[in-house]
Amino acid sequence: MTGYSDATIWLIILTVALGTYGLRWSFLGVFGSRPMPLWAQRLLRYTAVGVLPAIVAPLVVWPAATHGQPDPARMIAAAVAVAVGVATRNVLAAILSGMATLYAALYLIT
Amino acid sequence: MTAQADLAADSCLTPEQSRALRRKPAQCVRHGFVQALPFILVLLPFGMLFGVVATDAGLDLPQILGFTVLVLAGASQFTAVQLMTDHAPALVIIVSAIAVNLRMAMYSASLVPWLGRARPRDRAWIAYVLVDQSYALAIQHYEKHPRLNLEQRIGYFLGAVLATCPIWLLATLLGVWLGQAIPEDWALDFAMPITFLALIAPMLRSPAHLAAALVAVVGSLVFAFLPSGLGLFVAAPLAMLTGAGVEVLMERRNGARL
Repeated sequence: MTGYSDATIWLIILTVALGTYGLRWSFLGVFGSRPMPLWAQRLLRYTAVGVLPAIVAPLVVWPAATHGQPDPARMIAAAVAVAVGVATRNVLAAILSGMATLYAALYLIT
Repeated sequence: MTAQADLAADSCLTPEQSRALRRKPAQCVRHGFVQALPFILVLLPFGMLFGVVATDAGLDLPQILGFTVLVLAGASQFTAVQLMTDHAPALVIIVSAIAVNLRMAMYSASLVPWLGRARPRDRAWIAYVLVDQSYALAIQHYEKHPRLNLEQRIGYFLGAVLATCPIWLLATLLGVWLGQAIPEDWALDFAMPITFLALIAPMLRSPAHLAAALVAVVGSLVFAFLPSGLGLFVAAPLAMLTGAGVEVLMERRNGARL
C-alpha cells in the first residue's frame, strides 16, 4: 500500500511526465532552425563533457553497491575504461575492457 | 560547394568518416541500433530494479508502466517512488522528480545545432525519447562525423532509441514479474558508469573538453553533499563555463601567434 489515492498517483505520474517532456522539448522545440547566440553555442559544446562526468564521478568514488564505501576494483575499472577510450576512440572497446577489468579486479581483490 | 572542393574536403576525412557519410538513412538506423546495444547491460538491471522497487512501494502494474512509458527517465522514476515510500507530499514528489530531469533541458539545447532543422514532428518524438543514453550516443556520433546530413543524424538517433527504449519497458516488466533476479555479484551496478565513461573518453579531444570534464568530476565530488542531486547543477554549469573559457583563451593565443 502506498498511502496515496489512485487519483493522486496518476496525477503525480502525468505531471512528472508532462514536466519532463517539456524539459526535453524546450530548446529543441522552441529554437528549431533559428540560430542560437554564439556564446550559447560555445557553452553548449561542453554539455556532454560537463554533465556526464558529473553524473558518473560520485558513482565511481562512492558506489551504491558497496554502500558508498570507496572500492579499488571499481576505481581501477573506471580508469581502464577511460584510458582505453582515450587511446582507441572506440566506445565498445572501452566498455568491454572496463567490465573485464572490473571482474578481474573483483576476483583478485576479494 | 564545387565537386572539386568536395573531393578535396573528402580527402581529409578518415575512412571511418567517409564510410559514415555514405550511409543511407536506413543504414544509419541500423548503425545507431548496433552501437546502442551495449546499453542493454545498463538498462536491463536498472529497469528491473525499478520494477522491483515500484512493486515493493505498492504501485500496481498500470501505474508502474505509466511511469516507465510516460516519464521514461530512470533517475526521476526512482526519485518519485522513493519519495512515495517516504510518504512525502505529492507536490514535493512532483517537483523533485522533475528537478532530477533538469539536465534534459541542457541536452535539448545542445542538440539544437545538430537536429534543430528537423521537422517539428521529428523534433517532437526526438524530445520524447531524449534520455541519457540516446543523448550521449548521438552527440558523440554527431561530433565525430560533423558532416552527416540531417536524415543521417535522425536515422542514427532512431536506431539508438529502438535498441534502448523498448528494453527499458521490458526490463521494468521483468522486474515486476521476477523480482530481484540478477545476482549482486555480477556487479552490473557498475555497467552504467563504465558505459558513460566509455562514451565520454573519446570526446576529450581538446584542452577545453579535458578541462570541462575535470571540473565536472571535481565539482560533482565537492558538491555531492547537496541534497537530491543538486550538486550536478552546480558542477555541470561550472564545467561548461570552464570549457567555453578555455576555448576562448586558446583562440586568443592562436590569434596572437598568427
